[in-house]
Amino acid sequence: MQNAQSKTFNIDVHHVTRVEGHGRIRVNVRDNVVEDVKLCITEANRFFENFVKGMRPEDVPWIVSRICGICCVGHQLAATKTVEDAMGIVPSAQTILLRKLLTESQFLQSHVLHVYFLAVPDFVGVPSVLPLVKTHPDVVLRALRLKKLANDYTAVMGGRVLHPMANTLKGWRKLPSKKAMEEIRDRLIAAVPDLLETIAIVKTLKIPPYERETEYVSLKHPDEYALYDGDVYSSDTKSSVPVNQYRAVTNEFTVAHSTTKWSKWHRDSYFAGALARVNNNFDQLRPEAKNVAAELGFKAPCYNPYMNNVAQVIEIIHCAYNSIAMLEQALNMGLVEEDLTFTAKAGEGFGSCEVPRGILFHNYTFDANGRCSGGNAIIPTSQNVNNIEQDMKAFVPKMLPVMSKEELTLHMEMLLRAYDPCISCSVHMLDVEFTE
Amino acid sequence: MKPKVAFFDFASCEGCQLAILNCEDILLDILGLVELVEFREALSEKAPRYDVAFIEGSIHRDEDIERIKDIRARSTFLVALGACACMGNVQARSNFVAPAENYKYVYGEEARNRVQIDEEYWPLWGHTRVRPIDKVVKVDFYLRGCPIVPGEFLHLVKSLLHGTAPHTPPNAVCVECKKNENECVYDRGETCMGPITWGGCNAVCVNNGYVCDGCRGVLPHANIPAHKTLMLEKGINDADIRSRYRLFCSAEPAAKGA
Ligand code: SF4
Ligand code: SF4
Ligand code: SF4
Repeated sequence: MQNAQSKTFNIDVHHVTRVEGHGRIRVNVRDNVVEDVKLCITEANRFFENFVKGMRPEDVPWIVSRICGICCVGHQLAATKTVEDAMGIVPSAQTILLRKLLTESQFLQSHVLHVYFLAVPDFVGVPSVLPLVKTHPDVVLRALRLKKLANDYTAVMGGRVLHPMANTLKGWRKLPSKKAMEEIRDRLIAAVPDLLETIAIVKTLKIPPYERETEYVSLKHPDEYALYDGDVYSSDTKSSVPVNQYRAVTNEFTVAHSTTKWSKWHRDSYFAGALARVNNNFDQLRPEAKNVAAELGFKAPCYNPYMNNVAQVIEIIHCAYNSIAMLEQALNMGLVEEDLTFTAKAGEGFGSCEVPRGILFHNYTFDANGRCSGGNAIIPTSQNVNNIEQDMKAFVPKMLPVMSKEELTLHMEMLLRAYDPCISCSVHMLDVEFTE
Repeated sequence: MKPKVAFFDFASCEGCQLAILNCEDILLDILGLVELVEFREALSEKAPRYDVAFIEGSIHRDEDIERIKDIRARSTFLVALGACACMGNVQARSNFVAPAENYKYVYGEEARNRVQIDEEYWPLWGHTRVRPIDKVVKVDFYLRGCPIVPGEFLHLVKSLLHGTAPHTPPNAVCVECKKNENECVYDRGETCMGPITWGGCNAVCVNNGYVCDGCRGVLPHANIPAHKTLMLEKGINDADIRSRYRLFCSAEPAAKGA
């Protein structure tokens, strides 16, 4: 540990690893004063917003799922809701139930991947999950089992793990079979011991004691823990606005050092993601998830961004138990083929759902021929980057007296990874660069 | 010695790398046979040389060109991983519009002008054209699809471990579709790219009630005029035909002028 001597250094982590997409962290310290902290998003632009022009309504959700592989289900569903809004389509109760199942399968897959593959190595102090294959084989095998279960769940519901094709406007092109759904239900029930072991490992993780209170933004729904649907809720105002006012929420702006746009609502920045959702909607979690929160020492509201990983585990438990109940419901109601025809027309639609990394907004317009005439997608990471940079700006001066350059670098990478940023879909994320 | 294997990504959704992590059943076996030296999504390490480099994503900027050339120079075999790397994929649709127009639409005119003239950050914003990898460097093997098919990835890895070349026959998706005894979507009045698209996916989209949108690219000897005639005969108009061709395959030479 370094102390009183004068510190002048630059950190430049040119490609932050174990995050999805490319980003860079740059820090300048001169004579113990932090001159600059920047989070640079270095992804190449793909221009989805513009190239959806000309597409048929049903093609839009299918194509925009390619914004992100990890959140492909969420992008597809947010876009499906948006296009339905524009076309005046109201989906059936069966369709909504199937979409919720698809949503929860994706939360399980993404959270397991993030907690085990990206976050645990940091806390254990190894550079990746690979050394754990030798030192902690039981942990790795459990991670693979849980991930496989989540993937098979998505494939049963959607036809394929990545970019599923079964969901479309109004409903399902091909319904999941009763037998396949029963198998997933039974495997989820059988996975409970694995899930409880997940809690045990998270209990051993040393979470840095850093707190910064900020605005927490997520969906909120009157009747349930909001993942698939709801209004946009702020912890600052303790109230919601409808999704069609998303621009007033995100207030996007541009900075030269990042190809993603940045967001802020009631203050300089806000937090979206598992921590925001658990903070905002704690009461609506399933009792099993609340018990796990208590066991892990999580109390809402929680202002430690590193605790996002713990919030993810709480959501894993919620989704697992909720999925078992919803699969039961789907099996009892007996799925029926639905009419998927509609007439394309002019209009504008707004849609939002939660994806593992936070709240996601889509917005499309259609011309008189029913062809897409433009779009907008605001992904969670582009809402979060500003808050991550604000966290870093607060963290570096606070920790500078007690941490070496190396420790600072590691903690900032951990901080960034705790957010589980999805840089490739922010288009547009991570390297730490301390400049000299 | 175990072959050194690395993964790199350019503009993509990272779904193809994820598809590999999704081979849970045999992931540890593969890791036992190769030495994984770079995989940014899961590893923090970096290495100087690779026996096999898997490249995901398409090339958009000058700085991407430099990076891919450097990777090529350090690799024995280079594999294009997925439709983004093989053919530019859906994002190649933005080639129909000037980059400046795209920036203006996404960021607004004021922001476009402000960020693009910032000298320090110019490389971030210097968008040129969406290109598949082989427009910039030599590609040894292609793993097609959006996303890739994990079985084809395994076949490629096994072949390379044995010192042989993987065999991926140029059959149309139609062949697999008919083996699966699907009702042809043309008989439902919809369009399908299956007759001219590289197979290997087992017609997974048609099996699940959808159509083939050609995410694996156009076959080298595809009869495009015959395919268009078929679509016209089924009552599909020119605009809809163009729309199908431009969904995934807009950068494919065979689909140009569609
Ligand atoms: S080919 Fe498709 S799945 Fe693979 S990286 Fe590109 S968009 Fe993602
Ligand atoms: S549905 Fe498509 S792939 Fe299948 S037989 Fe018909 S044209 Fe071929
Ligand atoms: S059926 Fe067509 S669109 Fe679907 S995976 Fe195969 S090639 Fe791609």
